[in-house]
Amino acid sequence: MEIPYTVEARPDTGLTSGKIGIWLFLASEVMLFGALFATYIMLRVGAPEWPAGATVLNVPLATLNTIVLITSSVTMVMAWASLMRRDLSKARMFLWCTVALGGAFMVIKAIEYNAKFEHHLYPSHSTFLAIYFTLTGLHAFHVLGGMVINAYFAGPGSKLWHTNPQWFTNRVEHAGLFWHFVDLVWIFLFPVLYLL
Amino acid sequence: MAETLHERAHAAEHHEELSFWWKYVFSTDHKVIGVQYTVTGLVFLFFGFCLMMIMRWQLAYPGQPLPILGGLLGDIRAPGGAIAPDFYNQLGAMHGTIMVFMGVVPLAVGGFGNFVLPLQIGAPDMAFPRINMASYWSYVLGGLVMLASFFLPGGAAQSGWTSYAPLSDIAPTGQTAWLFGMIFLITSSLLGSINFLVTTIQLRAKGLTFMRLPFFCWAQFVTAFLLLLAFPPLEAAGVLQLMDRLAGTSFFLPTGLVVSGQVLEVSGGGSPLLWQHLFWFLAHPEVYVLILPAMGIVAEVVANNTRKPLWGYRSLVYSLIFLGFMSFIVWAHHMFLTGMGTTMASFFQTTTMIISIPSVVILTALILSLWGGAIRFNTPMLFALAFLPMFGIGGLTGLPLGLSSPDVFLHDTLYVIGHFHYVVAPGTIFALFAGVYYWFPKVTGRRMNETLGKLHFWPSLVFMNLIFMPMMIQGMAGVSRRLADGGQTYDFSDPVIWLNKLMSHAAYGLALAQIPFFINFFRSIRHGEPVGPNPWDATTLEWQAPSPPPHGNFAEPPVVHRGPYEYSVPGAKRDFCPQNQPVGA
Repeated sequence: MEIPYTVEARPDTGLTSGKIGIWLFLASEVMLFGALFATYIMLRVGAPEWPAGATVLNVPLATLNTIVLITSSVTMVMAWASLMRRDLSKARMFLWCTVALGGAFMVIKAIEYNAKFEHHLYPSHSTFLAIYFTLTGLHAFHVLGGMVINAYFAGPGSKLWHTNPQWFTNRVEHAGLFWHFVDLVWIFLFPVLYLL
Repeated sequence: MAETLHERAHAAEHHEELSFWWKYVFSTDHKVIGVQYTVTGLVFLFFGFCLMMIMRWQLAYPGQPLPILGGLLGDIRAPGGAIAPDFYNQLGAMHGTIMVFMGVVPLAVGGFGNFVLPLQIGAPDMAFPRINMASYWSYVLGGLVMLASFFLPGGAAQSGWTSYAPLSDIAPTGQTAWLFGMIFLITSSLLGSINFLVTTIQLRAKGLTFMRLPFFCWAQFVTAFLLLLAFPPLEAAGVLQLMDRLAGTSFFLPTGLVVSGQVLEVSGGGSPLLWQHLFWFLAHPEVYVLILPAMGIVAEVVANNTRKPLWGYRSLVYSLIFLGFMSFIVWAHHMFLTGMGTTMASFFQTTTMIISIPSVVILTALILSLWGGAIRFNTPMLFALAFLPMFGIGGLTGLPLGLSSPDVFLHDTLYVIGHFHYVVAPGTIFALFAGVYYWFPKVTGRRMNETLGKLHFWPSLVFMNLIFMPMMIQGMAGVSRRLADGGQTYDFSDPVIWLNKLMSHAAYGLALAQIPFFINFFRSIRHGEPVGPNPWDATTLEWQAPSPPPHGNFAEPPVVHRGPYEYSVPGAKRDFCPQNQPVGA
């Protein structure tokens, strides 16, 4: 027996199962990052002194990264919009753009990390750097995860388009929701760590 | 009728024969996964129980060589066959971890939830069958990491199941394995809870509105929300503790921490309280994860065997939702004595008193449901009936702990252990046994033996109370919960120390009392009395499918016309009206 509502929305809820699933997953992600932000607050409030982010971290690079990530969110939406206009090749192109921008973010992040390590600023150096590396590191893992998912849909996963275009469009939309969430986390991380 | 239903269901799904591996090991069928979870959960439950029996020997006869096993544990764990204090700590930490995260929750949620929930809502399977399988295997992986940690240098985790920092930050490698194991278990419960929520929202049969859901489904639904939202903070805490242990950070290490007479060389600035906040933010909702599915099972069994609708179905459901919500804002009642301040303590003792109200409503509604019923005292019902007073004792003994002033005296004594074991052991585990006896005919098509069932029930009830009641007496005398010698160092424990022997022998008695269950369980799979699809004359949808249900569950999607517990409806031909029976038919 087929499992219903994977492609079509259930009439009384108006949603597909995948859509509810991804939103619930994001809710749990909010709790994960929420706990880490709470940790940041508790550590900072309890600390006798706390460095201003800009004195330790590289604000211009982080600003550049913010722009890169926001752009990638735009290309992600474009990929989904192209699918809605039934243009697979354009959608795949935009998905690859998103993956590439994610890659650019990771490279810039790696440059930042390296600069810290060169100055012997490791997580063990201070509580500020500890929470900085933990938050941005966990966020980077999420970026990596999103890149793998998007690359899959741009590559082998796009075969689904030929048998079930609606389902494929839904999947790209869900991947997009995750990608925007990862973007949003950075939008919180950037001011909290670098500017405050 | 059963046969034709079965054939029609088979014909409806035109499946190809799957090989053994795909059918029973890497299956995506919710029923197979449910059985996998149940069996694995029972094995872990038994293993955790064995750890406890070793501890109980040490408590009753401190320093004396452990019979039989003592020689096999090796010189580090048990020099000369007597349990070393370090190993005792490992047993304690792992007993708690295994029982909570690998025994009871997988059994109650993964096992019963997976098998029963889709059937009760009339669905062909879970919404995401492959994610369901991933959830099970992630659980197995987490379990294996935990078991393997016993063989690491320094042994398994030994900082208690709560892994309080800074002790856990500086503990041997076993603690790192504990954290990795927990990350697998958290992933498993995340995947499972999303699946349960989506399945309940999306795959309910036609006509099955939320207020027609069996109470068991409601319990699983609220539980899944707790798992979804409460586990991530523990994952965050786990990541932070891994950073502390592997990258040398100081999230939980305060400045100037002295270990073995030397100041620890770390950057400092961390907060041990932070760990406790993050941990209990999970672990208090986790308490309700342990109890809510049990309440769900008991509600099903009670309604079925009193042949009456549940008393106050709506108040049960609303209490359940309120309970789920409140469970997120009571966590710091575990931390009254940590120095977090009296203002915080007042807030959390107030919320704790508030949360006791819905719990009492649920228990009262279940007890009132018995009133005036023609009760059938079969084995599932006996376990369900025993659940009510046992959970009641567990709940009521919690009240003094939830108020900060009596907690000054009672905290960290054996009273605490007695209290929560009354909730989980003769409470939840009895409900789980009720569930095993109740749904066994659905899984296998055969009923378990009643005589052996009663032989399992009565001794278990007696021994459970002989284990946990004396614990509370010892606790009120002031005996601490974490003493490897059972408290004999302290004079004040003299009047109550003899109870240690009583409790230990009761624990071994409890082990013996499980033998009829094992015999019954394995014998009934092949030789139990064959029964039809609805041996208990029940109303909910799972009993309207064939036993065992084929792949895809129902021959055709069921349509629901009634509430979940229409027993003894005046004027009806039979004393039960299944949910899919049209009104007027």
